[in-house]
Amino acid sequence: MNLRRDVFQAIADPTRRAILLLVASQSMTAGAIASNFDTARPTVSKHLQILTECELLEQEQNGREIYYHFNAGKMKEVADFIEPFRNMWDDRFNKLETIMKNYKPEK
Amino acid sequence: MARKTQIHAEDGKQELTITREFDLPVDLLFKAYAEAGIVEQWMGTKVLKLESRKHGSYAFETSDPQGNVVFRANGVIHDFVPNEKIIRTFEMENAPFGPQMEFLEFEKRTDDTSKLTIQIVYRSVALRDQMLQLPFAQGLNMAHNRLQEIVNQLK
Repeated sequence: MNLRRDVFQAIADPTRRAILLLVASQSMTAGAIASNFDTARPTVSKHLQILTECELLEQEQNGREIYYHFNAGKMKEVADFIEPFRNMWDDRFNKLETIMKNYKPEK
Repeated sequence: MARKTQIHAEDGKQELTITREFDLPVDLLFKAYAEAGIVEQWMGTKVLKLESRKHGSYAFETSDPQGNVVFRANGVIHDFVPNEKIIRTFEMENAPFGPQMEFLEFEKRTDDTSKLTIQIVYRSVALRDQMLQLPFAQGLNMAHNRLQEIVNQLK
């Protein structure tokens, strides 16, 4: 199955979680983030790209530097991850209720 | 509209419970699960087969507007007691999740209201957590605005 890249995939990786913790304390450039890890720079860049695609990180251009910010709002969606599941069922059941309220038995 | 559906999923357990109260007599609620034509309407899927009886089986299929099959599921009905309960398995085809066990209990509250309790048991805790995340990850529920927004962002 081809799962869409999502926040859950993003936070499944320990390095990416460490990056999030780091950036949550203050906005940083890619270089500054990479200097905190033994991992090769391109690997850190790939992690940053994934976190940005998932909008857990946001980029901001400051002169010639790009700073990464932590997007707390997106993280809240992770905390609420059960909500879409509940909404899916709620919508289904609302539909069921509407249909059955209008149900006329065939005689 | 008040959100009447509740999900109970304890940490570290391989099951979850869905409960919902309906402004419907219990026989109408049960009928919505027992009759293929009605299931199709509220589940939004085609019902290929639905043998609503003990030891019966069922199969659902959903296609996109181009006619490609995007979802297929099937299961066997272990027990079927009208207006009381359905015990069945459910398995998505071409998906790595395996079958799950579903215990559906239909309860009369008043003459015009009823309650449905669905206990779903998965093979593992990890699998249950994955299933809980599925609507979030895949945007199965395109109707819901908030989820729609998230999906657009993930595109």
